[in-house]
Amino acid sequence: MEPFVTHTGVGVPLRRSNVDTDQIIPAVYLKRVSRTGFAEGLFAAWRAEPEFVLNLEPFSGGSVLVAGQDFGTGSSREHAVWALADYGFRVVISSRFADIFRGNAGKQGLLTAQCAQSDVELIWKLLESDPGTELTVDLREKTVRGKDLVVPFTIDDYTRWRLLEGLDDIALTLRHAESIDAFETSRPAWLPITTG
Amino acid sequence: MGATLAEKVWDAHVVNRGSGDEPDLLYVDLHLVHEVTSPQAFDGLRLAQRRVRRPDLTLATEDHNVPTDLSADGQLLPISDPVSRLQVETLRRNCAEFGVPLYSMGDREQGIVHIIGPQLGLTQPGMTVVCGDSHTSTHGAFGALAFGIGTSEVEHVLATQTLPLRRLATMAVTVDGTLRPGVTSKDVVLAVIAQIGTGGGQGHVIEYRGSALAGLSMEARMTICNMSIEAGARAGMIAPDETTFEYLRGRPHAPGDAGWDAAVAHWRTLRTDDDATFDREVVLEAGSLAPYVTWGTNPGQGLPLSAKVPDPDAMGDPNERAAARRALTYMDLKPGTPLRQIAVDTVFLGSCTNGRIEDLRAAADVLRGRKVADGVRMLVVPGSMRVRTQAEAEGLHEVFRTAGAQWRSAGCSMCLGMNPDQLAPGERSASTSNRNFEGRQGKGGRTHLVSPLVAAATAVRGRLSTPDDLD
Repeated sequence: MEPFVTHTGVGVPLRRSNVDTDQIIPAVYLKRVSRTGFAEGLFAAWRAEPEFVLNLEPFSGGSVLVAGQDFGTGSSREHAVWALADYGFRVVISSRFADIFRGNAGKQGLLTAQCAQSDVELIWKLLESDPGTELTVDLREKTVRGKDLVVPFTIDDYTRWRLLEGLDDIALTLRHAESIDAFETSRPAWLPITTG
Repeated sequence: MGATLAEKVWDAHVVNRGSGDEPDLLYVDLHLVHEVTSPQAFDGLRLAQRRVRRPDLTLATEDHNVPTDLSADGQLLPISDPVSRLQVETLRRNCAEFGVPLYSMGDREQGIVHIIGPQLGLTQPGMTVVCGDSHTSTHGAFGALAFGIGTSEVEHVLATQTLPLRRLATMAVTVDGTLRPGVTSKDVVLAVIAQIGTGGGQGHVIEYRGSALAGLSMEARMTICNMSIEAGARAGMIAPDETTFEYLRGRPHAPGDAGWDAAVAHWRTLRTDDDATFDREVVLEAGSLAPYVTWGTNPGQGLPLSAKVPDPDAMGDPNERAAARRALTYMDLKPGTPLRQIAVDTVFLGSCTNGRIEDLRAAADVLRGRKVADGVRMLVVPGSMRVRTQAEAEGLHEVFRTAGAQWRSAGCSMCLGMNPDQLAPGERSASTSNRNFEGRQGKGGRTHLVSPLVAAATAVRGRLSTPDDLD
């Protein structure tokens, strides 16, 4: 995974709450067996509306999505993260993320920056009054900057460390291989197996 | 201080305790796999030259893409969409290569992943269960800690049989009293979600408790835990009791005579201690609950069926107001319309929420001697091949067919429309599934979430109804 330290790109105001993963990528786009090529399905239904923000210049080239509360609810599909990343997003800002989505994003180097709803409103106003404004998201400082606006965001320290270092989860876990072996010897015999 | 059920199960599975913000490493007792969220995980293993650590704790099935149509002589039809077929064939190749057991289309054990785990007896109290599917919360009905994971985590579990997870907060949802006739566990969970909102359970494991839960069957409990994710909770749990043990006894993968007593003795310890505390508590009175239906485009936008479509202008919170406005536009509904007046084109009975035998029996009881309304199509999709076989043995399929409903084979079907079972743009459904998101059941489709009883009554009257509304 590529380390994430800072990112600067055009902010995209998405004034919607409860953006569920069926909206981020509808089920019919989930049939690919690779990790790439999902950008086509990103917000597929909404992109059919001409006034949808990603159909407007200069937002179509944005890389920092600024959304309403409860982003990424619903289905566990990691395809939602792949679609956002494949389209070019590096950061999603919201005042609250669904747990599974946030976890999936952290595995793929897509930063989920949690800001207070009042700060999200300030960023929306900035982006709407001056479309094309670039936002700089600094993971070391945990800040979002745009023009004169600076707002803090939160992210758990462990995910932050993993993103800053670009660390792979499986390799980290395999450092505990002996503990896993030991745990397995202590499991009760009556627990089920799927074979035989 | 005592521990909650969730904390007990968690603590029993910690392989490595994280310090500070570092996650705990949890052992996974059962990993369920399906075709949609696994191909990239197996690819990752191949790239890193890793194997599946415990194929004997892993089980795969084909459910999301499978067609549910039957030919005139009752045979399954092949997958016609080449992209769907490739995804299913990829799962078969991956399972063969990595030694993972798989129930394919046509197998008598095939079905929706969250239906087959419990019915095989693989889901047991106190276990950790994961699957690349958010409705894995279903398995919590047995007192298991069960949650959905993303594809990177699927790969992680395949490789290590563990998952790094930060401790979750706990929430108690207590439902005391007795449910009135016609009020089901689906109505309970829709009422819970309407009360706490789609983000209300975020970061929590919900434990459902109270006297109303004790009287529910395992099927009904699974419906409640299934929709925990729609309240934002990662998992939902119910402490195991005699109902749980009786359900498990004799199932293919349940402990045999040798291990049964030891297992039950352990299972009896799986309850929240009297002096344990929850981070949050919500209380509902069972007797005050009524059949629920959603009017909007998230599962929290629900009301009793006797209510009217709400007026966004009357909502205090600006975000809620904006979401309601958008939902009513999408749903093509006007504020003040009685919910009972809403006419549907389609009724879907099935899914991991309500595709079990008890759900089919309840709907068949309503439909027996009645007809599906003109212009309404009703799909009845059993959750698994075993449910299908059982229903056919009881003659339920004849009840559905005689009423004018379509009797199908097992799969996820119209819950999410990855197979050909979809709503056309503008079509409206009453659906026993779990999500009423925009386009969930087909692009432009409009979904009202309901219980099996309401689904069946709605099919007869052609408008959102309870069985009491029928002659």
